[in-house]
Amino acid sequence: MISDLFSLTVLLGIISSGIRLATPYLFASIGEAFSQRSGVLNLGVEGQMILGAFTAFYVVMNTENLLLGVLAAMGVGALMGLAMGFVSITLQAQQGISGIGFYLFGLGMSNLLFQLLVGTVETVSGFPKVPLPILSDIPVIGKLFFDHNILVYLAFLLVPIASFVLNKTNLGLKIRSVGENPEAADSLGVSVSKVRYFTTIFGGAMSGLSGASLSIALLNVFQLGMTAGQGFIAVALVYFGAWRPWGVLAGALLFSLVNGLQLWIQVLGINIPSEFAVMMPYILTIFVLTLSRSKYGAPSALTKPFEREG
Amino acid sequence: MTDLELNSGKKDRIESVTMQGITKRFPGVLANDRVDFDVKASEVHALLGENGAGKSTLMKILYGLYHQDSGEIYINDELVKINSPTDAINLGIGMIHQHFMLVPTLTVTENVALGLPSSRGPLTDLDRVSKRILELADLYGLRIDPNAYIWQLSVGQQQRVEIIKALYRGADLLILDEPTAVLTPQEVDELFGIMRQMVKDGFGLIFISHKLHEVIEISHRVTVLRNGRKIGTRPTSEVDKSELAKWMVGHAIDFITTTDQIQCGEVRLKLENVSCESDRGAKGLKDINLEMCSGEILGLAGVSGNGQRDLAEVIVGLRKVSSGRIILEDEDITGADVDVLINKMLSYIPEERMRDGMIKDFTVAENLILREHDQPKFSDNGFLKLKAIEGHAKELVNRFQIKTPSHKTMAKSLSGGNIQKIVLARELSRKPRTIIAAQPTRGLDIGAAEYVREQLIIQRNNGTAVLLISEDLDEIFALSDRIAVIYEGKIMGILSREDATKEKIGLLMAGVMPAEQA
Repeated sequence: MISDLFSLTVLLGIISSGIRLATPYLFASIGEAFSQRSGVLNLGVEGQMILGAFTAFYVVMNTENLLLGVLAAMGVGALMGLAMGFVSITLQAQQGISGIGFYLFGLGMSNLLFQLLVGTVETVSGFPKVPLPILSDIPVIGKLFFDHNILVYLAFLLVPIASFVLNKTNLGLKIRSVGENPEAADSLGVSVSKVRYFTTIFGGAMSGLSGASLSIALLNVFQLGMTAGQGFIAVALVYFGAWRPWGVLAGALLFSLVNGLQLWIQVLGINIPSEFAVMMPYILTIFVLTLSRSKYGAPSALTKPFEREG
Repeated sequence: MTDLELNSGKKDRIESVTMQGITKRFPGVLANDRVDFDVKASEVHALLGENGAGKSTLMKILYGLYHQDSGEIYINDELVKINSPTDAINLGIGMIHQHFMLVPTLTVTENVALGLPSSRGPLTDLDRVSKRILELADLYGLRIDPNAYIWQLSVGQQQRVEIIKALYRGADLLILDEPTAVLTPQEVDELFGIMRQMVKDGFGLIFISHKLHEVIEISHRVTVLRNGRKIGTRPTSEVDKSELAKWMVGHAIDFITTTDQIQCGEVRLKLENVSCESDRGAKGLKDINLEMCSGEILGLAGVSGNGQRDLAEVIVGLRKVSSGRIILEDEDITGADVDVLINKMLSYIPEERMRDGMIKDFTVAENLILREHDQPKFSDNGFLKLKAIEGHAKELVNRFQIKTPSHKTMAKSLSGGNIQKIVLARELSRKPRTIIAAQPTRGLDIGAAEYVREQLIIQRNNGTAVLLISEDLDEIFALSDRIAVIYEGKIMGILSREDATKEKIGLLMAGVMPAEQA
């Protein structure tokens, strides 16, 4: 029944799962926001995510070491970021197309490795819930916000940190200027390619971490194509959030809440075709992006390779 | 660390910079050919030359943006290698680029701080930077608000930020690349005042320009480049304008002016309370009233981006009028199709000639018939008359002295001056009755520019009404019978040539009304 949705338990359930589901979006979008602020559009996030998801899963399956899994996923993502950087910064390839190339590479590679090394559906024991002392005992709110696994906390903590780095540090100043007017930055001795390599590698590592959060924290399983477009939504969230970490947070929460809603619609067996429920976040993506079409905040040099003439 | 320590990681003051035998080759072009150049502390050394003479290339080598193929640079008689702007900055060289190197979405302070080490390690120290900016600004009369965003500033203010940026980095040699090109006469005076103060304080300044009178006014020595070669260096006090012009161009130049007063004929073009919206970000037009007669050149002066482009586009039918009427030879043409205007013999020389004036991948001959390709002269029931087009092209190439290998050459492979001649040939050869000429000599060398001006005067003498939109005040004064000034989309005033002085026009360009001027 639709009315079931409005009971307190269900609402709280939706919010709680919304917060958990925001984790992969946050990691990937913040990473992508950094690379876009420096002028590199990385459309390969989805590929970095799924390869990161597989790597984390495989490492944890074999070693049962969660930290090692996370680091391995970030390492693989960073390597893909490095490759993306080489293609788009050093070789100055068209960024949109090369990003799609990296997406397909990550997807295919994760499929191949899964078939070769695992083959069947297996589960791992992922990050456990870590209720924060005292805070999690607060009635209602405590369970909602302070009873999650550690990656969830980390993802939300990343938002103020990213905002601080972008706005209050020298590195952030360099990233912003390189994305707006690389010639100006270059004329003041800022190495445009160094900054852009940094952000694409960082973005890749964050995408890898995002994938890990799916396979060893949220779902504790690896399936072919399990990222299901979340990497692309992460890219869209950067636009939605106007390239600002707090904006990205708002977007990520909006989408994950809708995602949580559709999960509960399925759980409760409400009479909406489940395919339609699954479509909801994606439809919302398109809808919101159309509405927030304003160019506000788009880095001027986004997708433009930089080369000093002469 | 104090700011002083932050800036003093360098050497002694620059007493002299000497560039010797600098050669720089670009694919197909020898940009600098064994050029010698030197500048000392406490002097302004002007570097003069036409577009493409190699001035900017030479200076970009000095600033580490380009690398010379051969030749040496000495500072205080010591050989130095300048591999990047960072090297140049550390040596005490600063550059004010022609196109400002500023990040519009950042504040003045952030732009100055960019790329510098911070006294707080990884964190920015913007409050300190902004304090130091105010000190420097005080010292040289560079009024600026450190917290303003660059996009909020006028062009003149942005230039001051560029100067502060260089001073902040401890520069004692400044390269100013065409710094006056975008300024009003008053702003030029202010800049010259700042430059004189800096010379007094021991700065060495390199002043790049192609405006002869400015070079004569501000510099102590002048070096002329032509086609990548150095023609000579002389104390400025020993040269005059026509001599410098001859050096620059290679032959004597007669500076053209309209002297004879022609009686103003009937009203050709009339704008009544015309307003329009502009592209996002720029201002539109507000209640423009303007009249142009046959046989006159009406000059439209103004600082770039004050609605000149909108005005031209509104008249030639490329931009929608939001209110008001435009009347061409007693007929209301507001909102009329472009082909109606073409048939009323309205010609247009657009500002962005590469983008709006021609098709780069078309041949010279094809570009010459763009406007009239569907007239019976050139087409017959939809088929092009190739013979007629070829004959037309050959005749115009000849008459307008377009330097092109053949009429089948792609337009994009010609020089800027010859491209402008193609546009001019197309627009003027059809015997127009009204001409809108937007920045018709921008980017042209002296010889080509004088040719264009001569053609406009011939048109005027034949009874054509000419609207000359130009940011070059010298050109406006040389050609116009009347001068209108546009500021933020409004006409500030219209003066006859006898009444107009550079001071009056300059104040109008800055938005000061005559009443306030007194």
